[in-house]
Amino acid sequence: MRTILATLLIGIASAALAQDEQGEVPELVGGSVKTAQTIAVPEMSSGDATGRQIAEVIASDLRGTGLFTPLGPSGVPGYSQAEAGNPNYPSWRNAGVSALVSGYVEPRPDGRMTVACYLHDVTAGRQLAQQGFAVSPSDWRRAAHRCADMVYSRLSGQQPYLDTKVVYVAETGPKNNRVKRVAIMDSDGSNHRYLTVGRNTVVTPRFSPRGDKLVYTAYIGRRPRVLLFDVASGQERLLIPGNHITFAPRFSPDGRDIVFSMANGGNTDIYIVSTSGGAPRQLTVTPGADTSPSFSPDGRQIVFESDRSGTQQLYVMNRDGSGQRRISFGGGRYASPVWSPTGNMIAFTKIAGPFRVGVMSAGGGGERILTNGWQDEGPSWAPNGQFVMFHRTQQGSGTARLYAVPVGGGSARLMPTPVGGSDPSWSPLNN
Amino acid sequence: MKKSILIGMTAVALTLGACGRKTPPAEVPPVEQPPATDPNSTDPNSLEVVELPALQADLVAKAGSDTIYFGTDEYSLDDASKATLAAQAQWMLANPNVRASIEGHADERGTREYNQALGERRANAARDFLLSQGVPAARLVVTSWGKERPVALGSNEEAWAQNRRAVTVIIR
Repeated sequence: MRTILATLLIGIASAALAQDEQGEVPELVGGSVKTAQTIAVPEMSSGDATGRQIAEVIASDLRGTGLFTPLGPSGVPGYSQAEAGNPNYPSWRNAGVSALVSGYVEPRPDGRMTVACYLHDVTAGRQLAQQGFAVSPSDWRRAAHRCADMVYSRLSGQQPYLDTKVVYVAETGPKNNRVKRVAIMDSDGSNHRYLTVGRNTVVTPRFSPRGDKLVYTAYIGRRPRVLLFDVASGQERLLIPGNHITFAPRFSPDGRDIVFSMANGGNTDIYIVSTSGGAPRQLTVTPGADTSPSFSPDGRQIVFESDRSGTQQLYVMNRDGSGQRRISFGGGRYASPVWSPTGNMIAFTKIAGPFRVGVMSAGGGGERILTNGWQDEGPSWAPNGQFVMFHRTQQGSGTARLYAVPVGGGSARLMPTPVGGSDPSWSPLNN
Repeated sequence: MKKSILIGMTAVALTLGACGRKTPPAEVPPVEQPPATDPNSTDPNSLEVVELPALQADLVAKAGSDTIYFGTDEYSLDDASKATLAAQAQWMLANPNVRASIEGHADERGTREYNQALGERRANAARDFLLSQGVPAARLVVTSWGKERPVALGSNEEAWAQNRRAVTVIIR
């Protein structure tokens, strides 16, 4: 996969981008988009159905950002390959759109294909960005996500996040005998497949920083155990030998260590251990339940939850366990904290009657609740820090579904999964 | 790990033999013949923990229950729980060759990972009481299912009260 991706044809983008830096398109850039912007996404010029399929994925991705109202590809006229880079701006202006995504698909001698992607400011009548991607025909969705990421990033001023994956726990069967399997999919729900067979109940899968490994808790021999999983090979490995109760694992930002909880004698503490083995080191020593550790992106601090005060609250400590201090002081209980990839925020589950997912600043304070379900929990950040995915459980049936909500405010969007889903983990940007 | 599995298997063989000799025929539970290894198992990490339903039924019949219950977010034992556990301890002492997995559970109104910790607290509280009644530590293991295995399906206080529990599961 990585070799395919290494062949990005960024060269053709440079000339137009250099020109953009001097231009003036204030109504489109810098995250100033307040209402959904109408953007045309016609069928891309291609010799077969690929051009239409790519446009459909781009339009779907852009709709999912919440920032755009895409028009097309249905009901929007197509264009020739030559027109992709030089559209007829007046006619698009007459169609009432402010921006246009165009492109073409062309076979390459090596069996792959080139997908060219252009973004135009229709109002100003000029090109804003262009990129080209060389992908194998079966990887056309990757090119579409990258194109949508280019458009999103250029118009919002945010880092890209659409060319990513999600792992989660796929749930089937009755509430008292639920089958839980780890599944992986693209961030738009496509390319869905199961990674575990469901014989063992599995919870809380989390991506490694490079997206090539997972760490999760599986019930083996009736006990929760932390396992490392290699996505490419499907091999899994027990993190801690012996018979300990271990759970709540997460990778460190450099991928070398795992933080997790171990329960023994009625007491749960947080430990850290190298992914290559060795003895775990204990980071918390209080008699409370210390769990759900999550590293800051610089690897220096860990946020976690503890009920040492009597109720679940959020704490931050240094990587070696020193300097433990509470950061949550609102009403209610706080759980399952996750440090944002940008470092400045922490997402959490708040328990005050219902469960709600919210964010606060990394130092505590500035709390904002983002969701309004009966039981929303288990947040995971998009790699650009602009969205949080979580799962929402229905009262009664216990059926859970995945949702993504914009951190800046807005409604939660249901993620398409073939069965019930919980415990999502958003991957880093594909490389 | 292999060694402890083998010891466990030997213990079961002894237990089943002992049951057959000591108890009147009418009370002999049907002999369990679980496979030595799970034929579907592909997991090298899998521990060979096998439930023994007939012995489980005998525990319930003799001790009154294999389950104790807890208040919301609580793990202390009330008098009813202590009475049940005392009877379970008597059964364990009368059946010296079985082991038990003490399994803590939480209701759905807690977050997943906290509930895993809470389940272990509940199981550990039950284990401590069984130890105080003379059951050897080597015969007890503790685990937590968190909120993964509810017995009552509703989303109401009655269902949650049934799900906040610790179950003594007889294993070999």
